[in-house]
Amino acid sequence: MLHTFIALVDDKPGVLTRVASLFRRLSVNIVSLTVGESERDGVSRMTIVCEGAENAAHRIRASLYKLEVTREVDEVSRAEAVIRELCLIKVGAGPNSPHGVHSRTQIFELAQVFRARVVDLAPESIMLEMTGSASKIEGLLQVLRESSYEVLEVSRTGRMAMRRGHHTSKVLKALGTKTAAETPVAYPVRPEEDDLPNQFEEEEA
Amino acid sequence: MTDTIDAIRNTTLTGSEILWATLVGEGVSTVFGYPGGAILPIYDALRKFPIHHVLVRHEQGASHMADGYARASGKVGVCMATSGPGATNLVTGLATAMLDSIPMVAITGQVSSKVLGSDAFQEVDITGITLPITKHNFLVTRAEDIAPTVRLAFQIAQDGRPGPVLVDITKDAQQASCIFNFEDAAPPPARPHPMLRAESGAILQAIELIKNAKKPIILAGHGINQSGAEAEVIAFAERMHIPVASTLLGLGSFPASHPLSLGMMGMHGESWVNNAIQEADLLLAFGMRFDDRVTGNLASYAQNAKKIHIEIDPSEINKNVKVDVALIGDLREVLQTLLPMLPASNDAAWLKQINASKGQAAVRDIVNLPDNGHLYAAHVIHDIWREAVAAGRETETIIVTDVGQHQMWEAQYFRHNAPRTLVTSGGLGTMGFALPAAIGAKMAAPEKDVWVIAGDGGFQMTAAELSTIVQEKLHINIAVINNGFLGMVRQWQEAFYDKNYSCSPILSPDFVKLADAHGIPAAHITQRKEVTPIVTKARTGSTPFLINFAVEKEDGVYPMIAPGSALHEMVRRPNPLIETAED
Repeated sequence: MLHTFIALVDDKPGVLTRVASLFRRLSVNIVSLTVGESERDGVSRMTIVCEGAENAAHRIRASLYKLEVTREVDEVSRAEAVIRELCLIKVGAGPNSPHGVHSRTQIFELAQVFRARVVDLAPESIMLEMTGSASKIEGLLQVLRESSYEVLEVSRTGRMAMRRGHHTSKVLKALGTKTAAETPVAYPVRPEEDDLPNQFEEEEA
Repeated sequence: MTDTIDAIRNTTLTGSEILWATLVGEGVSTVFGYPGGAILPIYDALRKFPIHHVLVRHEQGASHMADGYARASGKVGVCMATSGPGATNLVTGLATAMLDSIPMVAITGQVSSKVLGSDAFQEVDITGITLPITKHNFLVTRAEDIAPTVRLAFQIAQDGRPGPVLVDITKDAQQASCIFNFEDAAPPPARPHPMLRAESGAILQAIELIKNAKKPIILAGHGINQSGAEAEVIAFAERMHIPVASTLLGLGSFPASHPLSLGMMGMHGESWVNNAIQEADLLLAFGMRFDDRVTGNLASYAQNAKKIHIEIDPSEINKNVKVDVALIGDLREVLQTLLPMLPASNDAAWLKQINASKGQAAVRDIVNLPDNGHLYAAHVIHDIWREAVAAGRETETIIVTDVGQHQMWEAQYFRHNAPRTLVTSGGLGTMGFALPAAIGAKMAAPEKDVWVIAGDGGFQMTAAELSTIVQEKLHINIAVINNGFLGMVRQWQEAFYDKNYSCSPILSPDFVKLADAHGIPAAHITQRKEVTPIVTKARTGSTPFLINFAVEKEDGVYPMIAPGSALHEMVRRPNPLIETAED
């Protein structure tokens, strides 16, 4: 099954190697890994999605926290967090493409339905930008391919995750830190779906 | 020590001087190392500081010495090497310390920061190389960062589950200058360990399990020693009347002569210990990690038993063996919490049952065999122990073993009644460990009798350190258990490879002459009756002493659990031992 970890780590050289090396050591395949700045100075935030047995989560989490560069680790499931990914897709859309001169209007329509944005327009191609759950991105890609569009390039950021509600990590809770998260936050157990009905519903929760 | 720190507070020092000053401030009195190009500024500054530097003969020796020093004293061991090959030679010692959770700080010189990554002469990415075999490591490129980093390294090495930390310091950082202030360089408080608190719910659950157990066993691990929980474990075992089985590294944490002590468990553990674990209805794992060498086949391991795991490292929980209750935390603190909550028990039936099962195994024990003119390693080791007991030096004797058959015989036949009296490489099983580690142990505890027990194979791996012993004028006694084979390899080849002794016979130099070449008195022993007198001579002398024990060539360590077999499926010593001895 897929596990999603959020790790707050020191923003220093070599930190990514330490985290990546840990997964290598445990023979756990990383599905996606995103790193970027967090709300704190000197602290990077990583979202790591990996494939592992159900009981592997505890050990991965404890091992992540064992790294001296790790400040906090949290594990989130789809129900309690917003998980998003950004994707850039370049699609062939010139007069010589399979759909010929109609390519562009059709891609525009598709983009609108999937809430993707057109961010670049060239004589032979269109670049789309899309944010959403991994399954939604895969949905758009599948429609493009099955409709015989030529997908020239795909670049995906990998997933980012953040707990819903006014909430800090479980780690802070375990520490006894009083946060606003102590007050229960009303949010549906099953999160509201992105407005678009999606046949490619992911089964990763 | 504080004088040194006071005298130089807020003065401008070079990075090299700052390193030594910081080590002095951290309480270091001895370091083990070897100089070289990229660490010359540090060696140049040494003369100004009250630290004794032990010049080793190979950097691997330095790492094992720091390790032995740490194991014998409980303090952080420090080793030092230059860049490139000096640093890579530390690798085996760092891995050894990592696998056995030994607090150690390794300082390596590095090429100047300006040429980092350019394949400069003697440049190697040692922080990259040691990443998986250190608890943490640092690359320092500025003099200002030396004191804070080294202080942090000492904190990390000792905090939580201890381990080795490497600090790689570039030559320009060693040469640059800045203002030194030891106090200002103090590390921030150790990271919080949110999971390191035994939850009250789990404690209550544990208490219920303990109260209801009819056949409980304590599995005593290295964590007892690391946590300083020896007294608590004795109090716990006595209060609840629970027998205690030890892991290899747990030996000495619970007195071997205590009526509740069963002995060592695992692959070469005594039959009654392993049988008792298989029959137990509750295992109390105290600071141990269910290594494959103590569990045998996991699928059939202690299936009747509930398991309570008290452990400081959350990543060890459910790693190998699924436990019913996990108490995460410092063993001593957890036991102190548990103890007053438990009603005392006097139920002696279980211990009686275990003791009754010893009978046949004890009769067949090699130690009880009459002297038939042949010399057995088990006899030698047992006699070293008996000699120490007779001289009243038993708890004042540190045995440092190498790895292999003699190591297991030591564990079986030397009864350790005091903590830190056995220094052995358990997790990594590093041959060549004994001789250098003994140097570290002797430097840490000069008042103790220190014995190296090594096989002829492992001894040759690091025999160059004999020179170090002489140079440092250390009284270390060396027992080479010489059977002309890589004994444990041979035993496995005998058991699992059809006696195809591929590359296990090993030629050795005349160890007596080798010792002589170093100015070390030595003796060659072939008869059991000669053992005790020569051991006394070695112990009571004032110089190092080497004894070459020419023991039975094809003896085996028994009982033995074949890999993949269950803990109770032990291979016993072949009965007609006396016949083979008459060959």
